[in-house]
Amino acid sequence: MSTPATTRSTAPAPPGDGAAGPAGVHMARALVDGVRRNMRQYGMLLALGLIVLLFQVWTGGDLLLPRNVSNLVLQNSYILILAIGMMMVIISGHIDLSVGSLMALVGGVGAVLMVEHRISWPVAVILALLLGAVAGALQGFFIAYVGIPSFIVTLAGMLLFRGLTEIFLQGQTLGPFPEGLQKVANGFLPEAGPQTNYHNLTLLLGLGLIVFVVFQEVRDRRRQREFALESLPTSLFALKVTALVAAVLVTTLLLASYKGAPVVLLILAVLLVGFGYVMRNAVIGRHVYAVGGNLPAAKLSGVKDKKVTFAVFLNMGMLAALAGLVFAARFNAASPKAGVNFELEAIAAAFIGGASMSGGVGTVAGAIIGGLVLGVLNNGMNLVGVGTDWQQVIKGLVLLAAVGFDVWNRRRAGV
Amino acid sequence: MSSAAFASPSHRPPAGPVLEMRAIVKTFPGVRALSEVTLSVKRGEVHALCGENGAGKSTLMKVLSGVHPHGTYEGEVLFEGEPCRFKDIRASERQGIVIIHQELALVPYLSIAENIFLGNEPSRRGVIDWREALRRAAELLRRVGLDEHPETRVADIGVGKQQLVEIAKALAKDVRLLILDEPTAALNDEDSAKLLRLMRELKDQGITSIIISHKLNEIAQIADSVTILRDGRSIETLDVRDPATTEDRIIRGMVGRSLDSRFPDRTPYKGPADVDPVLEIRDWTVRHPLDHSRKVVDRVSLQVRRGEIVGVAGLMGAGRTELAMSVFGRSYGRYEQGSVLRDGRAVGTRTVPEAVANGIAYVTEDRKRYGLNLEDSVSRNISLASLRTLARRGVVDEHEERRVAERYRRTMGIKAPNVLEAVGRLSGGNQQKVVLSKWILAGPDVLILDEPTRGVDVGAKFEIYTVIDRLAAEGKAILLISSELPELLGMCDRFYTMAAGRLTGEVTREEATQEVLMRHMTQDVPAPSAVGAGTPTPNEGHQE
Repeated sequence: MSTPATTRSTAPAPPGDGAAGPAGVHMARALVDGVRRNMRQYGMLLALGLIVLLFQVWTGGDLLLPRNVSNLVLQNSYILILAIGMMMVIISGHIDLSVGSLMALVGGVGAVLMVEHRISWPVAVILALLLGAVAGALQGFFIAYVGIPSFIVTLAGMLLFRGLTEIFLQGQTLGPFPEGLQKVANGFLPEAGPQTNYHNLTLLLGLGLIVFVVFQEVRDRRRQREFALESLPTSLFALKVTALVAAVLVTTLLLASYKGAPVVLLILAVLLVGFGYVMRNAVIGRHVYAVGGNLPAAKLSGVKDKKVTFAVFLNMGMLAALAGLVFAARFNAASPKAGVNFELEAIAAAFIGGASMSGGVGTVAGAIIGGLVLGVLNNGMNLVGVGTDWQQVIKGLVLLAAVGFDVWNRRRAGV
Repeated sequence: MSSAAFASPSHRPPAGPVLEMRAIVKTFPGVRALSEVTLSVKRGEVHALCGENGAGKSTLMKVLSGVHPHGTYEGEVLFEGEPCRFKDIRASERQGIVIIHQELALVPYLSIAENIFLGNEPSRRGVIDWREALRRAAELLRRVGLDEHPETRVADIGVGKQQLVEIAKALAKDVRLLILDEPTAALNDEDSAKLLRLMRELKDQGITSIIISHKLNEIAQIADSVTILRDGRSIETLDVRDPATTEDRIIRGMVGRSLDSRFPDRTPYKGPADVDPVLEIRDWTVRHPLDHSRKVVDRVSLQVRRGEIVGVAGLMGAGRTELAMSVFGRSYGRYEQGSVLRDGRAVGTRTVPEAVANGIAYVTEDRKRYGLNLEDSVSRNISLASLRTLARRGVVDEHEERRVAERYRRTMGIKAPNVLEAVGRLSGGNQQKVVLSKWILAGPDVLILDEPTRGVDVGAKFEIYTVIDRLAAEGKAILLISSELPELLGMCDRFYTMAAGRLTGEVTREEATQEVLMRHMTQDVPAPSAVGAGTPTPNEGHQE
């Protein structure tokens, strides 16, 4: 009854790949390595470019009309602000489901302060941001110090903040907001200088940004050289810098030929650069990565993990408050239904932009790229008249594909 | 002795081995875990499997039970004279081969009965027959001598009783060959005695068993024969009842390996003995984090001097890692008593930052779980424990960080294309050098190195030994925990041995041989009586 023994000797494991070859081969390998290491970011940047191109063609050039580019920024600003905070939450190994509701609550409280009590808007903004920070800190306390999983705490927060908003606004929408705040959320940088066909201040900012980018890239490259780190071959480096400069230039010109750069774009830029710097260079930022990447190892390295988690949620609360104010001011009304499902958009943006479900991975820039992918999809599909039903289907597929590609790529790379 | 009315009813082959494993070879990428291992187990006996950590015992049992399926190893397994080609654990269980792992595989929130019949539920047309299940569970519990109601949740009973539930579960599957992997490692003395008694009873009922154990007195008590594995080879099989099979005889089999020059030449430490030791641990006692009835570290006292490398030897479950981790910021277990002295002065080590501030560093044995952020780069892993010194006003000087990382990459010989490479992509040895670099950069006076060469290839091992030597020469005090006796003998100036949470000996470099250390490590010290004379003074009196 037993089958004859067909002993199949197991093949020995293939030998490991050989050591680095001559310089040229080494160079090429280094390039492949570098691209692979940042596959997710390059990949998403490429995808963003393709999506822009696709809709540019599909809409017959409407997508990149100056007015629409302006709109794109204004429409997505609050999601992008949320995505920056959400990225940090996810890097630390957590999730925050409450931000959409918190936006509504802060918008509501802000409206009551400004519309009903006539408090000057800068003071009201500060109070609203404080409210967000307190709400975030409370959630952070339960997550970090009590030890309740963030999914549960923020799910509770999502219900709680939404309910409080409705109680607070008694189901009404409240408005209008003071003009000053509206200008921040919806307005553009002021006109200045001689009459050109372009918005001068925007041109100036764009120019400044180009100088900054080039300086940064050249300095990075010099340092890489200094440490004998592999750096891109000169031709590729030139290509990369040219592409960056071109992207900034085109965006600047598009914005400057309409009404100029929106004020929120400036806010976003400050957040992107600021938080990008913190996550990359500040001790606290490094600790966020360490806690999310390997909690026991971080603890054994002396990282105060609880403080880090607490700070991350406090910060998220504050950013949600900012997003709530921008949102309310943009639509000039605080509504109890504001921000529904925005937490999901922000989470999707973070994952499309390179976050990992297990934490420890991702960049602030990635969150912006992910948010823009979703934003351009939304905007483009609206322009070509795709219904919201199909929009959701397509966004779902994009999320699945982006993360699926990442999982596949990592497994192949054997990380 | 031989079973009369048990085992296979229809065809019972005459006396002879019930299990034969022939020329088993099992390789993992880069490692040959088993080479030509042979094991022959007689019907109805208790067969012990013995060997150092990493000798291949568990791997061999995984081959037998189908955890490593047929085709992933070479060689032949015969059970009851039939060749076995198990493709998974279920296939081996169908033949009556049941393995009970060190970490128990029970579902804590299910009842005893539910656990016993998990995946094997008595049912009629897909509906579980609870009356039948409870009746049979009660019967099985009687058989293993466990006085608990079958509906008790497993989470509510102690580890010792859970072990018995595992055995009941095995019996429910009509076990014919029971494999226990260090069954008493996690048990207190009383529960261990009970378990050994049960094993004898099962033997009388005709069940053959294989027991992996580090405790030689245990083997002497219950085993009929013992097979010794060393470095993935089967060395010999001894009859335990033969008077020639002494503990020393077994120890010789376990360690009988030549010491070659795989270690850097080292001028032994010759410091004055009267200066205050850099690190002194006094009466350190820690209880298990979950099972508070167990002392995992029991009144351990030791000293390390400047420039000295002190080895800590012990087998699995001796409490070495637990000692180190609990001293380092109470990162393990529940602290009970004991103090840490630096240069004769009591210091706090309540949190990791406090321990680090007091000049203590701990390099983990499990670098992937406790040592590294595998997704992150070499440079960021190296800097993690020293960010404060690399930062000005909370901002890390990335330039300086990379410069430092680059320096360690060169001096430690970390083979990575550059310091931005993700640590997860490096080999084990290079990962280990990254963890070491991290802690050397933190600038401690005392380095506790826990299995610093585990999973590291030979070449990298030598490099790591050289680094350790250099650190000692620079005046650091080093506590080296290792399971490899040759490594300890090759590196250390002095040795402590541990067994079952207690210090069982202090051995000088001159006295130390593998046999001497192993004898201390396999000693099952009786629980110190309440009227003991303070600290157990480790000396060389007993056993000589």
